[in-house]
Amino acid sequence: MSNIIDLKLFELVEKIKKKEISSQEVTKSFIDRSQKSKKLNSYITENFENALQKAKQFDEKPDFNKKLPGIPLAVKDLFCTKNIRTTAGSKILENFIPTYESTVTKNILNEGGIIIGKLNCDEFAMGSSNETSFFGNVQNPISENLVPGGSSGGSSSALAAKLTPATIGTDTGGSIRQPASFTGTVGLKPTYGSCSRYGIVAFASSLDQAGPMTQNVKDCALMLEVISSYDNKDSTSVDFKRGQYLKDLNENIKGKKIGIPKQYRVDGMPKEIDELWKKGMKIIENNGGEIIEINLPNTNYALPAYYIVAPAEASSNLARYDGVKYGFRSKGENLIDMYEKTRSEGFGDEVKRRIMIGTYVLSSGYYDAYYLKAQKVRRLIKNDFDEAYKKVDAILTPSTPSSAFKIGEKTNDPVSMYLNDIFTVPINLAGLPAISIPAGHDKSGYPLGLQVIGKAFDEQNILNIAYSIEKNINFKNNINDWWIN
Amino acid sequence: MDKLSKENKEYLIKRNTNEYEVVIGLEVHAQVLSESKLFSTSPTKFGSEPNTQVSLVDAAFPGMLPVINEFCIKQAIKTGIGLNAKINKKSIFDRKNYFYADLPQGYQISQYKNPIVGEGTVTLDLPNGEKKIGIERLHLEQDAGKSIHDIDPNNTLVDLNRSGVALMEIVSKPDLRSLDEVNSYIKKLRSIMRYLGTCDGNMQEGSLRADVNVSVRKKGSKELGTRCEIKNVNSIKFMQMAIDYEANRQVNVIEEGGSIDQETRLFDTKKNETRSMRSKEDAHDYRYFPDPDLLPLELDENFINDIKKNIPELPDEKKKRFIEKFKLSPYEANILVSDIDTSKYFEEVSKNSDVKLATNWITGELFALLNEKNLEITESPISSKNLSKLINLIKKGTISGKIAKTIFELMSDGDKDPEKIVEEKGLKQQSDPKELEKIIDKIISENPKNVELYKSGKDKLFGFFVGQVMKSSGGKANPQLVNEILKKKLN
Repeated sequence: MSNIIDLKLFELVEKIKKKEISSQEVTKSFIDRSQKSKKLNSYITENFENALQKAKQFDEKPDFNKKLPGIPLAVKDLFCTKNIRTTAGSKILENFIPTYESTVTKNILNEGGIIIGKLNCDEFAMGSSNETSFFGNVQNPISENLVPGGSSGGSSSALAAKLTPATIGTDTGGSIRQPASFTGTVGLKPTYGSCSRYGIVAFASSLDQAGPMTQNVKDCALMLEVISSYDNKDSTSVDFKRGQYLKDLNENIKGKKIGIPKQYRVDGMPKEIDELWKKGMKIIENNGGEIIEINLPNTNYALPAYYIVAPAEASSNLARYDGVKYGFRSKGENLIDMYEKTRSEGFGDEVKRRIMIGTYVLSSGYYDAYYLKAQKVRRLIKNDFDEAYKKVDAILTPSTPSSAFKIGEKTNDPVSMYLNDIFTVPINLAGLPAISIPAGHDKSGYPLGLQVIGKAFDEQNILNIAYSIEKNINFKNNINDWWIN
Repeated sequence: MDKLSKENKEYLIKRNTNEYEVVIGLEVHAQVLSESKLFSTSPTKFGSEPNTQVSLVDAAFPGMLPVINEFCIKQAIKTGIGLNAKINKKSIFDRKNYFYADLPQGYQISQYKNPIVGEGTVTLDLPNGEKKIGIERLHLEQDAGKSIHDIDPNNTLVDLNRSGVALMEIVSKPDLRSLDEVNSYIKKLRSIMRYLGTCDGNMQEGSLRADVNVSVRKKGSKELGTRCEIKNVNSIKFMQMAIDYEANRQVNVIEEGGSIDQETRLFDTKKNETRSMRSKEDAHDYRYFPDPDLLPLELDENFINDIKKNIPELPDEKKKRFIEKFKLSPYEANILVSDIDTSKYFEEVSKNSDVKLATNWITGELFALLNEKNLEITESPISSKNLSKLINLIKKGTISGKIAKTIFELMSDGDKDPEKIVEEKGLKQQSDPKELEKIIDKIISENPKNVELYKSGKDKLFGFFVGQVMKSSGGKANPQLVNEILKKKLN
């Protein structure tokens, strides 16, 4: 069964249900490949032995009514997992083992999923290249020394390298969609309030959202169905009727109106991206959809607003890592000294940078000029989308303004790193759902993605549009297993 | 201090030829009476073993989120209604950011610009009449844990049992002018919240504590002076001491040609002085911003109205009713309504017996007894049922007032039934005129000399006869009847 790892998630589910393969076979296959793939550094914590035991238990007492029957999955290390170390990619949580399970991973476990490990990510999800992780860089399986994107870089790398049949990430400003785009995989950020934030290490509470990362759109629909749930432990969770995303997945987009925002044509964008975008439009038209030019006039202000709101919330969210209750503690002369040493040594540079920005923009005398203004901009951006959705059903844009870059290329230039999120950030600010699907390659052969943005809680619609594009765009990831000797 | 509080005169500080008025505002922190905390389901029981009432949310574990406890919201609204205040249909929970070992989140969830309750008033009952004190706002916030410095010589220990418990911060306008008014204000607030069941007002357990804002100004001046805030004072006595010290300190500074710096001060109860804690320049920048984990709190009209409908009678209304219905004096009514348990006891007693007698017996004998034994009225050794029985015995003339006092004493030992005591000890009043006549005739026949003297004009001897009859009856003779019969027989 050497080809188990090549099967799609939904195929694995079918085969397990038909008893053609066992959970143990599947679990072992992905673990074997993971063990051969240490060079990618996708994992922070392996849970292999425990996972094999769980697979054995599943096979002994299988429940084929589950949506993920005995399916092994590695997840981003931002989800708290009971009795499995959870680090958020930070030294400050290097040895933190939660006694509780995040709602999203609990949903996975409840549907029969098995956690095989915790995947690398930028520290506290702050980064676009996975280079801020305390646990080191992650390699993009596409090519050596290429970043896998971030912050869910371990997830995109492990997924593209087939170390896990699917995974979950979190997306605060593009942290699912950008790495998906960089690795030729599918990533969906659901509407804010779809997936519970309970038990997810918080970065920016008003923007954070968990979502699936998969090989294809069908798997994505399946994973979304598993993880999306109303949760009264998260006050921002929304109690809406969740769809049967997989069952209702449908490539028919006849009559759908798709908006093209002219503001997303940015200077210096490689022409391959523009071409792919046009290709996407063509497919939509061929499938009976209608392309409509739209206006999102405040797009330019999204990135600056995001880099005020997100650090502001982060500066407060990360105050709890103070060495008092859990996690890393450095010795100090007194309480203040202990705080300073703990946080200086426990956090990396990017996290410190954002804490300082966030502290500054919330400071008395600056609050109105920065934080309050950014919140107003956020409202304007949301209004832009509301206005656009009077005319269209969804919006098509590129996922990123460039393909994956080399490790180290942007580490000394945070602003150029931040610019990577230019197409994804407005969606988080507006709380909308968006999916990135692989669409082609640039001239170096690196994958590029297209993003479909939907109305709030209209995940089914963007899944369907993505499905329709996927069927016609003939994307194939070129991965030659260079990291395996 | 006690002397002052009884006099209730104008509180002025005199220096040389100047008279200074003291302006006081209070920020009272009242712990919400609730089984569980403001944003978690942990219990709130006071005095539990350290760190046994702590959830993952209270200890701020990664990924933990606050969820509003609806009951605490209702309690705050109730209190707002009790303060005649505006209930804000939309309020916002903010984060107040600062680092401290007993603040696990690194921020306190509080309400900053949009509190749940807006402006209101509290009416003080002062000896020279009523005074209205403005309420600026009431907001909900989390309490912090406790840092314990005196158990381990080398470490500070942290107890998170209190972490996340709901507090109402009730901010008054700077309307208070004397130590008596502060005393009266705190007691009135406490009374209102106890009537509503929203705070037990237990100052010893820290359920009620206050930050005190004090400034002084020359008498007649309209402008407010610069204020100092004295943090976390936990008894009325200490508040009064702190204010008195602080006001005098400020006057001294001004008289010496100095000016007051706006600052936060601490009251040292041992030295009876306030000390600077931090100046305005060193003031924390709390970086308030709306808590993104919580949506704005929106209340619907019906929700508020349902609470309004279930507000019990509050002390001011009860006082009014007692005066109108029971013809009590405002003074008596005040005494009876100020504490909810006293008012309950009074209503239970007076329901089945004479109101006037009930008032007198409760404010007289019963209060004296409770005082002597240092008991709350809820712990009264005499139940309301038995006290009303006693009053009925007096009213019916079964026993005299004097005998009643003896019985009252006997009752206090194990809440005995006064009717049974009367029966067992044969203390029933002798009210049968025939029986009394027999005794009187006997006394008259035994004292012919005195009878003669009386008849010749020595009126004072009447008392002698009464005394003899009472003595002879063992104190049980009905004094009124004795008087009547004696008069008849002797004249």
